[in-house]
Amino acid sequence: MNQTRRQVMQIGAGAAALGVAASAGLMPSIAQAADAPGWNAQLFEAKSFADVAKIWGGTPTESTDVSIIGPDIAENGAVVPVGVKSNAAGTTALGIVVEKNPTSLVAQFNMTDVSIPNVATRIKMAQTSNVYAVAKVGDKLLFSKKEIKVTLGGCGG
Amino acid sequence: MAYPMRMRANIEGDAVVVRVLMTHPEETGLLKDKEGKIIPAHFIQTVTCKNNDKTVLTCDWGTAISKNPFLEFRFKGGKSGDKVTVSWIDNKGDTSTADTTVS
Repeated sequence: MNQTRRQVMQIGAGAAALGVAASAGLMPSIAQAADAPGWNAQLFEAKSFADVAKIWGGTPTESTDVSIIGPDIAENGAVVPVGVKSNAAGTTALGIVVEKNPTSLVAQFNMTDVSIPNVATRIKMAQTSNVYAVAKVGDKLLFSKKEIKVTLGGCGG
Repeated sequence: MAYPMRMRANIEGDAVVVRVLMTHPEETGLLKDKEGKIIPAHFIQTVTCKNNDKTVLTCDWGTAISKNPFLEFRFKGGKSGDKVTVSWIDNKGDTSTADTTVS
């Protein structure tokens, strides 16, 4: 990537401001001017599943149509393989939410007419927590949850 | 900075299964380095997956995606020889794109 001096200075200034805010004991905001288009910073700063659901706009209902695939015990919280699958017709988005992470929402997957609501990735977990697989079906939120035990947190140094 | 990607797309039944391994530090902005300074957040925010220029999946990611992210997704209507492209943008504006052929 070719950066002009001005761009480099801007990035440096942004990072410095972030450091000042964090050392002052404020919440380190992850929102920056350079956020990718369409990325919802508010959604990724939500602190609980309820907050995330509020922004998505819906009351979460537990459902057997949605399944979460993951280990019972994760030895390393920095790399926890998690899969999310929805059998509900008309699923428009899938989400992975970890209740006890510093920010709850891990990922949101937006479906198109050809995609199959079945994705997998690897996530970080700070500690043992319930992990929610959420499917957005019309204006409803369906979810299923699984407790994944973490023996070594993914946020420690 | 180069961010290579490895990916593979296979047909399983009537779906195309794509597996991608990206290279990215995925810093959360919560960790400190040896001098006690906060390491600034650096993570992938959006991922766009296309099959022959048709978008099949978009992802919004937070900081809790593991370092060197792995992504597996499926879509219908793909056939052997189709070109699958995956590209991402991170919070510093860096991007990377990779493609592969469905086999």
